Amino acid sequence: MDFPMFHLDWLNDRFLIALIAILHVCINHGLAVGFIPYITRLEQQGVMNSHAGQITNPEWDSMVYKMMKVGFIITTTLGAMTGVGIWLSVSVVSPASIASLIRVFYWAWFIEWLVFVTEVVLILIYFLTWKNSNKSLNAKLRHIKFGWFLSIFSWITMAIIVSILGFMMDPGNWKSHHSLLNGFSNPIYLPQLFFRTPTAMLIGGIFGYLLSIIFTKKNSEIRARAVKQSSVWILIWAPLSLAGAIFYYRAMPQAMKDNMSTAVGTLEFAQYYDLLKWIIIGAISTVLIIAIAGLWKPKKIHFAMVLFPCIMAFGFLGIFERVREFIRKPYVIGGYMYSNLLREEDYPLYKRDGILKYATYTSTPEVTETNKVEAGKNVFVLTCSRCHTTQGINSIVTVFEKMYGKDKSFEEASIAAFTKGMHNGRTFMPEFPGNRKELDALAAYIKHLQQTGDVIEGAQNEGVVVNPNQSVDAIVKLLDKQVKDNADSMVKIQTALNK
Amino acid sequence: MFQILQINTPVPRNIPLDLPLPEWLLITLLVVSFLLHIIFVNLMIGGTVLTLWCQIIGLKDKDYHNLAHEISRTITVNKSLAVVLGVAPLLSISTLYATHFYTATSLTGGMWIAIIPLVTVAFLLTYLNKYTWHVLDKNKPLSIAIIATATALFLFIPLIFLVNVNLMLFPEKWGTVKGFFSALLLPNVFPRYLHFITASMAVTGLFIFWYMGRKSYPFEEYFERLTRYDIKRKAYSLTLAATVAQFIIGPLVMLTLPTKGFDWRLILVILSGASIAIPAMWWIWKAITGKPENIDNHFGKVVIALSITVIFMGSGRHVYRANALAPHQKLMAANTAEFERLSKEARENPPIEQSDLQLDSALGPVAKGAAIFQMNCSSCHKENEKLVGPPMTEMATIYATDKNGLKQWIKAPGKKRPDYPQMPAFAQLTDDDREELANYILSIKK
Repeated sequence: MDFPMFHLDWLNDRFLIALIAILHVCINHGLAVGFIPYITRLEQQGVMNSHAGQITNPEWDSMVYKMMKVGFIITTTLGAMTGVGIWLSVSVVSPASIASLIRVFYWAWFIEWLVFVTEVVLILIYFLTWKNSNKSLNAKLRHIKFGWFLSIFSWITMAIIVSILGFMMDPGNWKSHHSLLNGFSNPIYLPQLFFRTPTAMLIGGIFGYLLSIIFTKKNSEIRARAVKQSSVWILIWAPLSLAGAIFYYRAMPQAMKDNMSTAVGTLEFAQYYDLLKWIIIGAISTVLIIAIAGLWKPKKIHFAMVLFPCIMAFGFLGIFERVREFIRKPYVIGGYMYSNLLREEDYPLYKRDGILKYATYTSTPEVTETNKVEAGKNVFVLTCSRCHTTQGINSIVTVFEKMYGKDKSFEEASIAAFTKGMHNGRTFMPEFPGNRKELDALAAYIKHLQQTGDVIEGAQNEGVVVNPNQSVDAIVKLLDKQVKDNADSMVKIQTALNK
Repeated sequence: MFQILQINTPVPRNIPLDLPLPEWLLITLLVVSFLLHIIFVNLMIGGTVLTLWCQIIGLKDKDYHNLAHEISRTITVNKSLAVVLGVAPLLSISTLYATHFYTATSLTGGMWIAIIPLVTVAFLLTYLNKYTWHVLDKNKPLSIAIIATATALFLFIPLIFLVNVNLMLFPEKWGTVKGFFSALLLPNVFPRYLHFITASMAVTGLFIFWYMGRKSYPFEEYFERLTRYDIKRKAYSLTLAATVAQFIIGPLVMLTLPTKGFDWRLILVILSGASIAIPAMWWIWKAITGKPENIDNHFGKVVIALSITVIFMGSGRHVYRANALAPHQKLMAANTAEFERLSKEARENPPIEQSDLQLDSALGPVAKGAAIFQMNCSSCHKENEKLVGPPMTEMATIYATDKNGLKQWIKAPGKKRPDYPQMPAFAQLTDDDREELANYILSIKK
């Protein structure tokens, strides 16, 4: 309402965020939170298994260093930038929600930032001083200690961000308690952390497993040892990850659980929900199989055998994040702001006067007979475009064609009637916020989209048109009126006093 | 005061939630954290430019080739700190100026998102240059091509940020801007950019003076001909030249800035900052023209004086922004208050929803039921075929003799079919509505 509507009409705005966020979570969990302790443990093993008079086993240490180099390069480039990228993309797609969350969670994010700075400094120290630390045993032991510090700080950054995520998903408490502590004490917090911690360890382990195959020679003693170490690591964490997944799923509030069957796609693809279950079971069991195989016949393991479970494990995490993101719906901030970025409490006003009147940017402040389709486009941009495109991913035309049949031309009246009541049947949809005229205009626009294949360019390309009701001119008049009203009431009081 | 804002200027409403901290504290955090961030960005960009330059000279001079390698090694650390230190100012500006900042980024959204791949690629290229240094010893043009691409990216990316921090200051332009490139052409973007790049070179000069001049730095391991004094003198000269240039570019920035943010306080802050740089320039001049053993004499004072200059300039930047946006923010506050009042009023007297049921008189007694169905059920149920749930014909068959069962199901559905999603409850319908609905459903014939 108050921001220009950035819009990607083919890719879908949410998909942009999802792409960046999923990539980031995979790197954060798989290459930082779970990977660093895995690497530090391997580094420690090198010292423990070295011959007398050696600081560490040089061949082993150089393998672990190379693995860490991969982690270092990816986390400090793609990992760091996708982390910032979540923010950049959310701030253009969903500015009202992120700006509201920042006002409430400023301290959480500020503390997160301090921990994050520490984490970056530690990873720079840990990786860049690796080779120098091999000069004395004391330096090496101190270096390993830095590895453990880094592991702890990586975990703390995750623990804080999970609080914010948990808060957004738990409906209701936004209104009553605007505090950080509430994020930690909400019922989804601990289950999420219990799920994410071992899962990160598991994914870090399987990724390390894959790297160790890349950096060692076939049939070498060192590869067999690395495979065994990775296998033990995975066997420790896999059951905990599974238990965490079950715990988390059970702790989900009922309302969100109801949405879960539609999470992975649309209602029509409810069977995808089953797929999620199979992916979880599939991912954890293939990882387990390769771990057991690694313990049993470490010399038989080769690259391709590990690649598949590794992809499965990252895929599992990706799908999990997709589901987590979806079950918030119809809200973007539980009980406060819908996913169309409109506050629940403003709905009565929008229903009474229409949303166009209050939109900062619209070429049609009011629906008339002559501007119906254009007004419908503005309504669409304001109320639907955060999740729907015209002809791209999650296209509004396709959604209705699935209902009414692909070859049939849309009937405006039935689209309007459906849209009015859709939040009752499809609980993940927010209620339509506008008035009757806007609803009809929207229906006319959707029919127009089907007939013409029209698309929307988004404010980032075509700019915005300022609503005269929300311009400096209008607000100056409002101020004048307020001054006059104040003066009038003063006069009234004065007259009353004089009597 | 309001005359400076044109009629076509939008007045969005502000985020209707309190600021998390007192405003002055947020402003302090914003200014301080921004300066910390920008210094490391300066070092990252200056370092990359110098690496490229030294690598090109290094084609013929081995010492410069090694110097390029030494400088390129610092980029890894500086760029990581630049990114992570950027989070705090981003957080603070999103709190203080959410509406202005996010409006600017939305209006240039495509390029704003492009920051992520562009910076990622630039970072990867600097790593590639660093970690293939010895591998590419025999293929130097390729090595130069890699660092040149990274430099080009690093020189372009600041423009994206500048366009946004500039556009956010001018709500009167929001209605006219069409995408990144049109916002790039606003008058003072390029002078500010030049100001920034020149500052990067000045800061990097000081950094190299310190970094390669440290006693613990094994200088003699890397260089045959160049001495510590040579490097220090060159680094200092770079800082001096860049600082002198700022005395031309700075006034240019002031001239191209729209008048609306100016006041005496701003002029005072900027002039104070500039005047503190003058003794620093004098000390540097003495150092590079004096005896080699005295080159370190005033280094501490130079760093302190120039740091104070930077703090003044950073504060001046904020004073301009605060001045420029104050009238607009006042209007926004008025609009926000008015909207909150209207919203409260509407909430307390909710509009009476007229029945939107469109009755089709041809349907006779089940017309109302059909309309209720259309509004509440048609998204999932069709007459003859499965949509999300089963078709109406199936319902009519199952409940042919059990109307109450059908009504009960609508009120509180269970889950019967494993291959269908569960139906939500329709508790909001009245008993009468459910009666009409059931009558209509049961009237459907195969």
